Amino acid sequence: MNKGKILSRSIWVFHFCSGSCNNCDIEILDALTPRFDLERFGIKLVGSIKHADCMLVTGMINKKGATRLKFLYDIAPKPLAVVAIGACACSGGIFEPSYYTYGPVDKIIPVDAYIPGCPARPEALIDGIVKVVKKLST
Amino acid sequence: MNKDQKKRKTIIPVGPYHPLQEEPEFFELEVEGERVVKLNIKIGYNHRGIEKLSESKHFDQVTFLVERICGICSTSHPFAYVQAVEDLAGIEIPERAKYIRCIIGELERLHSHLLWLGLAGHFIGYNTLWMWAWKYRETVLDLCEQISGNRNHYAMMRIGGARRDILNKEIDELKKKTATLTSVLNMFKGAVMDDPVIAARTKGIGILTKEQAINYCVVGPTARASGIDIDVRRDSPHNSAYNLVEWNVPVLPDGDVFAKVVVRILEMLESVKIIIQCLDRLKDLKEGEIWNEVRDIPAGEGIGTYEAPRGEVFHYVRSDGGNTPFRHKVRAPSYMNILSNEVAVIGGDIADACITLAAVDPCYCCTDRIQAVENRPACPLRQSSSEASHSSGRKLKYNWEQLLKLSQEKTKRILSIKNQVSK
Repeated sequence: MNKGKILSRSIWVFHFCSGSCNNCDIEILDALTPRFDLERFGIKLVGSIKHADCMLVTGMINKKGATRLKFLYDIAPKPLAVVAIGACACSGGIFEPSYYTYGPVDKIIPVDAYIPGCPARPEALIDGIVKVVKKLST
Repeated sequence: MNKDQKKRKTIIPVGPYHPLQEEPEFFELEVEGERVVKLNIKIGYNHRGIEKLSESKHFDQVTFLVERICGICSTSHPFAYVQAVEDLAGIEIPERAKYIRCIIGELERLHSHLLWLGLAGHFIGYNTLWMWAWKYRETVLDLCEQISGNRNHYAMMRIGGARRDILNKEIDELKKKTATLTSVLNMFKGAVMDDPVIAARTKGIGILTKEQAINYCVVGPTARASGIDIDVRRDSPHNSAYNLVEWNVPVLPDGDVFAKVVVRILEMLESVKIIIQCLDRLKDLKEGEIWNEVRDIPAGEGIGTYEAPRGEVFHYVRSDGGNTPFRHKVRAPSYMNILSNEVAVIGGDIADACITLAAVDPCYCCTDRIQAVENRPACPLRQSSSEASHSSGRKLKYNWEQLLKLSQEKTKRILSIKNQVSK
């Protein structure tokens, strides 16, 4: 059986943020609230990476967060879809020349999908997560 | 402390990646049974080095950079920054730009306070309030999108005025949408004040007395809920329209979490009042006159302040006459407010710690700082002093005289730069 198929229903997401401006994180929470209501698809934010099927990463990943991101990815049960959200997570964004940058995310762990935008809109988040699940289950 | 007392204490780590926090931050709660006895805060998980980056961007680009200090106060930081540069160069802005600045600033306050109200509900286990507040927050975000083109980062500030105009033909619609918020906020006011669940979980919890509030220099709604009557919008309304419209500053004396909730709700009602008055005045002014031409920034220094949703945000800019800021210093309100948790949370129940920590509306991405400790053997200070400042391992310790000397050296260095600049 294709392991990716397990992912195709009720995706539980874990949210990791390091060196972000907080906006992508708010848009992730926003996607759970009445107007966008991700929970109707069974998508739910969980507190532990051990319960998660998908990891959403935001921010430019600073030196303090980088080791923790690697550690969390290593202990997560696979398959795990990793989604980089926002311009900073995709490319470093405006913080790319900073002395405290360690990212972007794909320098540290493999990434399945990139959702650009500053911040990424909730519609883009939903679209991105659905696409990565489709990609994994075929 | 004897051995038995040591054993009784338990440390509960909250964070850095905790399900309740959307941002990484580390709180160490020391508890005896159910009672919190000590709080240790560790910051730095969200540091990005913005002040240093700012020195490599030219004055106009910095507005976009400081916007990304924080996603929630993303118009307060540019507001304070452009005021600092305008203070430096002595620029006055057109009247229309003043109103536009106030409108976007107050819309931000509305969405920030609604966001906090929802999260506060979530923290006491009242998710209905969360969903409810965030549903109406979307109305505010729609207004922001209509005015600026983006839901969160607005980019409306510019040195010498505003970057975008609000069209006169759109004003009626904007006013109608904003007016719907009044009934919603009155509903929140009634619902929150009469709700037995909210009253039971927040009244008399996490009290910050007026004296403690003054000692910890808290700002914004946290200070106003403890009976301190401060508001930068009223006290120094430079280059903004706050002195041209009618509004009040709500102040409550109690200092508990309930007072902080009520202060924020009352403030939102004032914000709606300000927005509607500003939109009315915009109609009488000519479209398009939104910014004054700024050719170059002279050498000197400037200070800008603005009342962000969490309190006073302070920006300091020094220019040496070049293209980029020579030094840019930011002090965000959460930096003062978060430390007051140290007294508010102690003596409380462990179950109340969460809402007490969240009551100051902490914003960690505004707060994070880094300290670089130079620890090389060639440090001149250590050679000059015979005292062992290198006590154990790699930790460097300064005593009072050494710190004083460091401070004096810095003053001399700044003065010599200042002299060079003025020459």
